[in-house]
Amino acid sequence: MSAAVTYRVKHETLYKYSAEVVHAHHLLHLVPRAMAHQACSEQSIQITPEPSGSLDAIDAFGNPLRRLEFSRPHQELSVTSEMKVEVRERRATDAPTESWERARNRLLYTARPPGNEQLDAIRYRVESPYVRIKQAFTEYGADCFVTGRPLLAAADALMMKLYREMKYTPGVTDISTPLLQVLEEKRGVCQDYAHLMIACLRARGLAARYVSGYLRTNPRPGESQLVGADASHAWVAAFCPPLGWVEFDPTNGVRAGLDHIAIAWGRDFGDVSPLRGVILGGGSHTLAVRVHVQNMTSSAAGRTESAD
Amino acid sequence: MSASLQTYTPDLQRYDELLSPDGSIRPHWRALVERLEQAGPDAVRRSADLARRLIVENGVTYNVYADPQGRDRLWTLDMLPVIMSAEEWQSIERGVIQRARLFDSVLADLYGPQRLLQEGTVPAEIAFGHPNYLWPCHGAVPRGGRWLYMYAADLARSPDGRWWVLSDRTQTPSGPGYALENRRIVSRVLSDTLDDLNVRPLSGAFASLRDGLLANVEDSEMPLAVVLTPGPFNETYFEHAYLARQLGFSLVEGSDLTVRDDTLYLKTLSGLKRVHAVLRRLDDDFCDPAELRADSALGVPGLLKVVRAGRVVLGNALGSGVIESAAWLGFLPSICEWLLGEPLQLPSVATWWCGERPALEEVLEGLDRLVIKPTFPNQRFEAVFGRDLTRDARARLIRRLRARPYAYVAQERLALSQTPVWRGTGLTGRALSLRVYAIAGPDGYQVIPGGMARIASDVYADVVSTQRGGGSKDVWVLGQGEEGSQITEIAPRSRLRNESLPSRVGENLYWLGRYATRCEDKIRLLRGTLALERRSEVWPRAVDTCRHLGVTPMDSDPAASLFDTQHQLGIAADLQRLQWSATQARGRLSAEHWRAIGVVQRQYHDASSSSSDVRETLDRLTLSCAALSGFAHDDMTQDDAWRLMMLGRRVERISFLAMLLSRRLSEAAPTRGELEWILDIASGTIAYRTRYFDRPRLAPLLQLLVRDAKNPRSLAFLGLEICAITQQLSESAGELAVDFFQQAVTETVEADYGALEGLGYSAELARQGFARALNRMVDAASLLSDRLSMRHFSHTELDRHAVTA
Repeated sequence: MSAAVTYRVKHETLYKYSAEVVHAHHLLHLVPRAMAHQACSEQSIQITPEPSGSLDAIDAFGNPLRRLEFSRPHQELSVTSEMKVEVRERRATDAPTESWERARNRLLYTARPPGNEQLDAIRYRVESPYVRIKQAFTEYGADCFVTGRPLLAAADALMMKLYREMKYTPGVTDISTPLLQVLEEKRGVCQDYAHLMIACLRARGLAARYVSGYLRTNPRPGESQLVGADASHAWVAAFCPPLGWVEFDPTNGVRAGLDHIAIAWGRDFGDVSPLRGVILGGGSHTLAVRVHVQNMTSSAAGRTESAD
Repeated sequence: MSASLQTYTPDLQRYDELLSPDGSIRPHWRALVERLEQAGPDAVRRSADLARRLIVENGVTYNVYADPQGRDRLWTLDMLPVIMSAEEWQSIERGVIQRARLFDSVLADLYGPQRLLQEGTVPAEIAFGHPNYLWPCHGAVPRGGRWLYMYAADLARSPDGRWWVLSDRTQTPSGPGYALENRRIVSRVLSDTLDDLNVRPLSGAFASLRDGLLANVEDSEMPLAVVLTPGPFNETYFEHAYLARQLGFSLVEGSDLTVRDDTLYLKTLSGLKRVHAVLRRLDDDFCDPAELRADSALGVPGLLKVVRAGRVVLGNALGSGVIESAAWLGFLPSICEWLLGEPLQLPSVATWWCGERPALEEVLEGLDRLVIKPTFPNQRFEAVFGRDLTRDARARLIRRLRARPYAYVAQERLALSQTPVWRGTGLTGRALSLRVYAIAGPDGYQVIPGGMARIASDVYADVVSTQRGGGSKDVWVLGQGEEGSQITEIAPRSRLRNESLPSRVGENLYWLGRYATRCEDKIRLLRGTLALERRSEVWPRAVDTCRHLGVTPMDSDPAASLFDTQHQLGIAADLQRLQWSATQARGRLSAEHWRAIGVVQRQYHDASSSSSDVRETLDRLTLSCAALSGFAHDDMTQDDAWRLMMLGRRVERISFLAMLLSRRLSEAAPTRGELEWILDIASGTIAYRTRYFDRPRLAPLLQLLVRDAKNPRSLAFLGLEICAITQQLSESAGELAVDFFQQAVTETVEADYGALEGLGYSAELARQGFARALNRMVDAASLLSDRLSMRHFSHTELDRHAVTA
């Protein structure tokens, strides 16, 4: 297995409106952020109709962001993002970590300067709009977070518990489904897995963030198909001192690796949703999202791996 | 001791505002008490009654206006002010100004370099865990570099006489409008005393707020400034409207505004107008659904873009609500030293943030004397007093605190001071807290000399809150020298553009006109019908008309339809619609006009709940509706707002009249009785009699009700008016073609009425032709209404949705 994989990703979003949209503002998180283990060499976004205003920026979490405005009436909006990304192995994360309690205590306030890494982590240890903290989340993770267990091992256990107990079920949840309900019914998609794992970590005072991105579509020889490759994917990064941030994919029960192409991270889905907006008019709408991930490294013949 | 003080007992556990420990009246209260003594208890009682009446008459309410159940809660004001001596006030003033400066700097740091957090002066959880810390606002420096334009501190006095801050309000502090209204009412009741005591006026501070906001706008000849309200359902909507009036700003809702590129606009009848300054009364995270809470239907998509571009002055800056947490209080002394390099002047009530280990242990030890509160406003946790807990509840609380300590704070309880209130025959004591406001004027912060005193609903309460049934009081700050003239009006506004009529308000005025007239017409129709004898040959035709015009449901009797609240086209439903549109357009109606609309509602509800006689009720309602018509004609400046309302009235009436006539002419020839009935409904009985001295016939009746352009209820008159008004509106708000309507009116006005009379076949054909012409006119009126909506109100028609992918 090579230590780096190059992908070509195509992410298509198509809105069709039953009536004219008179005016609209949209926010795009479609450009991959630069990371130690990941580099983007080509990148483009095609938008139809042409927006009346477009502005690139970096959001408060360090992610590339594009703001669009449409002031001409339209009944369709198509956004196609294409990129070429090289993913390398992430830093070795098998070194032993501190106990989860120690890792938690590192983030506690001491009236001394907390240090940049800690300060950054604290914004991911408190509640966020889509991840409210409840007692039920502490209880759910109790058997993973036994006293003195190294954080990495505890987090792995939590990830595997979610992987085992949740049933991947598209269409039964949406962004407004309360997390407590997800926990109760144990059904949902990658976004729910990620939010749930984040909630269980934060409920214990640990820092966890939401990572959005894509997943290699086709399995490597001898491995099974990963779940969640037909759309944008989401997983979790937990702050595990002294290693730093380690990424977990509870939907697939694996640590994020060469198969995971990250786009952005934030406190939860709301900070990094690929495309959000407010439209005036438009009646009812239909939405179609398609993601193609092509593995350039393993396909000299340019075989397209498609999932839609 | 004086007579009125006989009922007043100081509480030894508390500081007494009125009495010194030796029982003597404190010097700054003496003049007021003497006044009350001189006047005598009867006069004081009359004053208290007057104050109550003024609140009702001025329509001062807390809670909601547009509650479908009509449950507005009246503001409660105790006539006796709280009196503050000049020296004491000075120290409060200095302390509150310092806090305003301090929080302005804290916000600048939190939304910028975050050095307070990096240095460990403040725990980052307090900021980052707060739902009002808005990450999308990080890095955006507001225009003019000012975050806070209005700040409020809730103060209370401890038994030793010191003032303490209970909490800080930095988002959209409510109450300054009520404070001004309290002063207005009290100054009418106690005007002489107010003058003699040299009480400092409030109004100058509001002018400063306006000037402070405008001082930072981009160069503009005529800046447009607005007050952004969540709308009539908000509990303090009265105040939003009141502030807008006082400041000379337009009162707008989120849907009245739109962002194009990086500029904020108001949608007005004459197109988009740039907005330069916004005083918002809308919570932080609701302000921009494009970047903040996506589910907010109240905000302005794109507002943050405008803020980032520095193209609007926004008071207070978005995200300023992060300060509203008791967790800050314990850290303020060191923050103040660190940011301002000076000691904190006003102490806060003793508070421990449990996120700090030693603090948590201290709190758990002292739980019995402490109140535990949530750190963040969105937590589902009611403040509890440690001492009141059962053993189980206590154990649960401790588990909770240990599990997520940073989400809780502990506070010492303060025995609030007591102040006299007037109750029936004498004075009695109530617990007091004081809300004091700082506002940013062009030359920096200043404190409104006064504010809002809040009193507990009973003697022993330590919690003072307007929502829990307490009351309010005016606060008199005694002047020291020459100042103290009682001008409560703000000097006329300078260089401010406010003539722009928001499209939504325009639309509601139009519908206010339509519903007011619709109610009147339907009430007249029902009244005229119920005056008929049931055996008369007119009765079935009248019933048919009532059903056709929507007053009565198809299978029901007219007598039952007045109080029928289920019928969507009935009078009850229309009265509700009338109230709704009036609420939406309230800023453009005079106080008397607004009250008159309230009177119609009250009459109806009273009659409905007491099952009053239907015909008698209809008589009363007819008169009240006529009063509304009077206000419409005489009580408003004849600007576009007025024109839209009048247009609504005319369009409604012409349609009603045409439908009535058409219905009655398309069948058998109307009998004399039927014609009399029509004249009664169309208010033409007297005019007909004086002109024709005869029982009515069809041709002269139509002459009067259709052709006579001097009869203000005739089709011809209404048609001409509609054309004239649309013409005038076109001049300021763009062309609106009405040829088609004019033509339809002409066709009916110029018909040969003589040919319509008689029982023959040709007369019947002629009548049917005329009825069709009337129907065409009804269609034309409805098309005109639609075109008007498309032309002027189109912005408000569309729904807004949030989408995510």
